[in-house]
Amino acid sequence: MKIIVCVKQVPDAKDVRLDPKTNTLAREGVESIMNPFDRHALEAAVVLKEQYGGTVTAITMGPPQAEETLRDAVACGADEGVLVSDRAFAGADTWATSYTLAKAVEKLGEFDLILCGKQAIDGDTAQVGPGLAQRLDIPYVAYARKITECVDGVIRLERLMDDGYDEIEMGMPALMTVVKEINEPRVPSLKGKMKAKKMQATVLTAADIGADPECLGLQGSTTQVVKVFSPQFSAERCMLTGTVDEQVDQLLVKLEELL
Amino acid sequence: MLKIDKEACIGCGICEDTCTFSAIEVVDGVAVVGDNCTLCGNCVDVCEVGALSIDKVEKKVVADLADWTGVWVYAEFRDGRVAPVAFELLGAGRKLADQLGVPLSAVLLGSGLDNNAQDLVAYGADKVYQIDDPALTHFTDDAYANVFEDLIREHKPEIVLAGATAIGRSFIPRLATMLATGLTADCTALAIREEDGALMQTRPAFGGNIMATIECSTSRPQMATVRPLVLKPNGRDDSRQGEIVKVTPDPARLLSRVKVLRSVREETNEVNINEADVLVAGGRGLDSEKGFEMIRELAGLLGGATAASRAAVDSGWVPYPHQVGQTGKTVCPKVYFACGISGAVQHMVGMQSSDTIIVINRDENAPIFDVATYGVVGDVFEVLPKLISRLQDQRAGEGDN
Repeated sequence: MKIIVCVKQVPDAKDVRLDPKTNTLAREGVESIMNPFDRHALEAAVVLKEQYGGTVTAITMGPPQAEETLRDAVACGADEGVLVSDRAFAGADTWATSYTLAKAVEKLGEFDLILCGKQAIDGDTAQVGPGLAQRLDIPYVAYARKITECVDGVIRLERLMDDGYDEIEMGMPALMTVVKEINEPRVPSLKGKMKAKKMQATVLTAADIGADPECLGLQGSTTQVVKVFSPQFSAERCMLTGTVDEQVDQLLVKLEELL
Repeated sequence: MLKIDKEACIGCGICEDTCTFSAIEVVDGVAVVGDNCTLCGNCVDVCEVGALSIDKVEKKVVADLADWTGVWVYAEFRDGRVAPVAFELLGAGRKLADQLGVPLSAVLLGSGLDNNAQDLVAYGADKVYQIDDPALTHFTDDAYANVFEDLIREHKPEIVLAGATAIGRSFIPRLATMLATGLTADCTALAIREEDGALMQTRPAFGGNIMATIECSTSRPQMATVRPLVLKPNGRDDSRQGEIVKVTPDPARLLSRVKVLRSVREETNEVNINEADVLVAGGRGLDSEKGFEMIRELAGLLGGATAASRAAVDSGWVPYPHQVGQTGKTVCPKVYFACGISGAVQHMVGMQSSDTIIVINRDENAPIFDVATYGVVGDVFEVLPKLISRLQDQRAGEGDN
């Protein structure tokens, strides 16, 4: 079985802070990590490979340094890494991103299954997975929480819904996005780390994937950012004063009034 | 790409100061752009000498935009009822439609729809397109997206709104891709730009630390999803008149490559934090699972429920259903305690409309104080135990009486 896992390098969300004085994102010292949901997708792919045989290819679109995330993926069980990278991709929204990834996947040839995390923690859009499936014209399921079996070109799984779950069956090739509940990702093995060190990612540029320049990056995006701003929150704020005990006293009085 | 005219640049550094992403640096008296650039254009607007520009080739306008008119709302239907988010969307959609002077329509897809279309009219729809077909009993991306696509291509609405539920977030992105148009996920505000009637879609961005307003300028429809409980429904008005259009779809479009074998409703034991009058929320400042115990204790004493910031959930101190914020739930209790929560935008958009907000945080500059009704600058490990013990004393005292 040939499995492709889409991974994204993202800033570690818990480290990203907006500096209230300068209104800029303090990115210094912010670590870049593999999007946590993608790690679950990768684990699901590696488990399938262990069960049914096959290969796992990790693919990412991003700047050259996103190769680190591919290395991480190989350390955790992927067989190879593909870096889709070109200045022309800059500023891509989800529409241009799913186009670019679809062209890259087509370039890689036949596959049975594509796995993605349910969303990336930097954008939180959850749109690239479904968009990619549509562009490749394959069936897909969002929010997979369990893969039951995968035989004779048919995959059975459970998809998480707001009020429970659905048991699903679909023919492959297919795509699914996964939620955290699907598994507990492994930590890299020593062997994996050695392999990762030696990994040479395949690099695909806009020309390599035969992309239409009009569909790439900012140019190819269907949405445009009008403005970016720090939200103004306002409240008639009353700061309590005094010692901790006095402040607790005041809080108790307020609570008495409110409840 | 961001272009910098080196001749024109005077190295004043205004762009460097403005850039939210620290992507511009003045080197040897000239601005230099780095890889962090997201092409947001803020620097272009502030440059006093016009040295910055974003290299945009005039994009082809794909559709004749003027052909597209009307506001549509997707009315999610499951298990014999319309999802509440549909009524919230009708409330917001009504305002947008009135401002544009166009009709508001709802799209109702499912099986056994009965009189639900009439409810949508009562909540603001002028027209309801409904497809009632056994093939739509279970939600499948293929069938739902196909029939919705056909409706949109036939009637050309300028705006399509949907709830950011499991179903909406699954098939609406596919639908937008089919229509080759833009989609903005999880909007917190929607407005019409007066000059040209374009839909301004605002959502938290970049990990929820800032807000971005997004437009879809060259294609139609303009599509957005909105999370449940963010918008307010209008009151029900049974005197409203509307047209209900029953549509028979092309049977081929109802076929799905994905088969739903069984649909299971799970009873959850989880408290629904949307319904509690008092919510006590903890964040990174609690330091550990043990620290978070204080939150549970205080919530228990106040007869409230436990909530958490994303940081506390990501740390594994409390499960996801308790998360408040853009990636969790939107809540609006009578009293919201924010303890050891610094106030990332992504959290604040989920709780700012609470009636009373009590903030306990040791950093007086923490953004969370901006939404505070009452603020206590102090260490949660000092303030909470005192508050808890005083409440315990009170309760014990009440018991004696």
